[in-house]
Amino acid sequence: MTSAASDHGAFSSPRARGLLRRRVVSVIMIVLTCVAAALAVVPLVVILAYLFKQGASALSFGFFTHMPKPVGEVGGGMANAILGTLILIGLAAAFGLPIGIGAGLYLAEHRGTRLANLVRFLADVLNGLPSIVMGIFAWQFLVKPFGHFSALAGGAALGAMMIPLVSRTTEEMVRTVPQALREAALALGYPRWRTSLQIVLRTALGGIVTGVLVAVARVAGETAPLLFTAFGNSFWSTNLRQPIAALPLQIFTYAISPYDDWHAQAWAGALVLIGLVLVISVTARFVTRARHGGGHG
Amino acid sequence: MTFPSPDSTPPRPSTPEARAFPTISLGLPSTAATRQGPARRMPSIEGSVLADRIYRLALLFFALCVPALLLLIFIEVGRAGWPALHEFGFRFLTSSTWDPVKGDFGAAPAIVGTLLTSFIALVIATPLALGAAIFLSEFSPSWLRQPVSFFIDLLAAVPSVVYGLWAVFFLLPLMRTGVMPFLRDTLHLGATPFFSGPAYGPSVLSAGMILAIMILPYIAAVSREVLLAVPRAQREAALALGATRWEAITGAVIPYARTGILGGVILGLGRALGETMAVTMVIGNRHEISASLFAPGYTMASLIANEFSEATTDIHISALMAVGFVLFVITLVVNGIARWMVSRMGAEVHA
Repeated sequence: MTSAASDHGAFSSPRARGLLRRRVVSVIMIVLTCVAAALAVVPLVVILAYLFKQGASALSFGFFTHMPKPVGEVGGGMANAILGTLILIGLAAAFGLPIGIGAGLYLAEHRGTRLANLVRFLADVLNGLPSIVMGIFAWQFLVKPFGHFSALAGGAALGAMMIPLVSRTTEEMVRTVPQALREAALALGYPRWRTSLQIVLRTALGGIVTGVLVAVARVAGETAPLLFTAFGNSFWSTNLRQPIAALPLQIFTYAISPYDDWHAQAWAGALVLIGLVLVISVTARFVTRARHGGGHG
Repeated sequence: MTFPSPDSTPPRPSTPEARAFPTISLGLPSTAATRQGPARRMPSIEGSVLADRIYRLALLFFALCVPALLLLIFIEVGRAGWPALHEFGFRFLTSSTWDPVKGDFGAAPAIVGTLLTSFIALVIATPLALGAAIFLSEFSPSWLRQPVSFFIDLLAAVPSVVYGLWAVFFLLPLMRTGVMPFLRDTLHLGATPFFSGPAYGPSVLSAGMILAIMILPYIAAVSREVLLAVPRAQREAALALGATRWEAITGAVIPYARTGILGGVILGLGRALGETMAVTMVIGNRHEISASLFAPGYTMASLIANEFSEATTDIHISALMAVGFVLFVITLVVNGIARWMVSRMGAEVHA
């Protein structure tokens, strides 16, 4: 708490009092920002602690291998929902990644053009689209015409939500690739497309993987887009044209049910889901660090 | 048009020797014999020009997918909601009637509920998020900055349904037995219409609380980035003029970052407006406008989430689509303003 003002402390008394007041205010406000930071972190600690307490007691090995039991029967698991979530993530990646990465490459290689600026702005707008709106859109576009809920519709809705995040990270990462590398490849006679895919994209790969993982972590927990598309399924199903179970959906259904046993299952499901999301997020950080640590990668 | 457009003609080799240069990158000895070998495997110039054109068109296609998708959502949802918007007209936005049996729909309670819960969330979250961001960018010791930033980023990654689950079993009992009686009786706010009535738990106030917890990390993360983008000279100049550290922040740093911070807050608002699952689980789902924040309510997103799979008549589905369309337009405007403000600051935002 030393500032240039402290040298003036010995001035005439009204001024000194004013200075004292100003410095007291400064100290108080700085303490308040510390308190605010602490308060911002408290909810996470409370949520995670409560989640672990509730989830760990309900979690068992059978949770990963068993199917949901009917109401009244104790036990059972969410094997189908875990599988369903993995399938949905796979579908989302299949739909979202090519478009996201392709759009990102376009944005990076056509910086400053009017179209690139427009696409970038709209990607940001798409990023802020409420997930429930994506849900009803996917229903209108992919469920209603076919007459049945399907895993494909759910995967497409999630994939669409990945596009903005993936394209923005791809753009940022491709921008960090030195121009000299591009020029070197071109000078060696590489066609533009091979330069772009084999030199530029490969150099930026670490960062892009991070962006992809962040996007996957985000859609893995999404519920609203799945309510009217993947819909949920209490049976074992891997048919992409049929409704499919998903962890977030199952948690939601169990959480608002009146049965204590289902509540316990919901907590166990939440713990598994957040474990999945955290593993993906931490992997993303690890990839970033490895890339930065390794210099050029 | 077989010739490349002007911007796609960088120094491209045209002689066979030049085309054979990639052999050097393969580490082969550059004798005339080996140069001929790989050179034959290289595509012709015409071939690679064609491949380049295809590649550029493919990228253009992927890039155009983004506006196309947004346009498609706008048209499809708007078209599906049109019958309801057309039949009820302006009354759809102002009427409180929501009667699926008679087929009479007005979305006013959901619209008011959405705006009210988001407003509560902003009022609670903004000062805390701003304080946390100032702490992280200005005062935090460097060993603390990384972990706290990581924690706050983590908070943004927790799925909405997990927040909802926690809210149902932790926040609601806390509101019912602690916060609501405290506001009503201990602080004597029960005399005002806003904090009166029985404290059940599921309420507009509870929804605002969970939203505040959810958007706090977004606002904090954006504000932190914006504050870190303020040049050091700005702070040093204020300190050199005799300002205290706090005065340097309020007088020199925040005015510089004002637009970006406001953009972050509006971005948080956009999140709050569209948030579905957690709100659906704690707001109580009642289609009524009440002055009291203790009363249950509805938001647009939770209305859709709750009723969509039960809607049987065409006009009911159309009314829900129309609600989705209104929500879409509102978030579109809010996010557009936010992005514009943040981009004026030149800060990179990945919220």
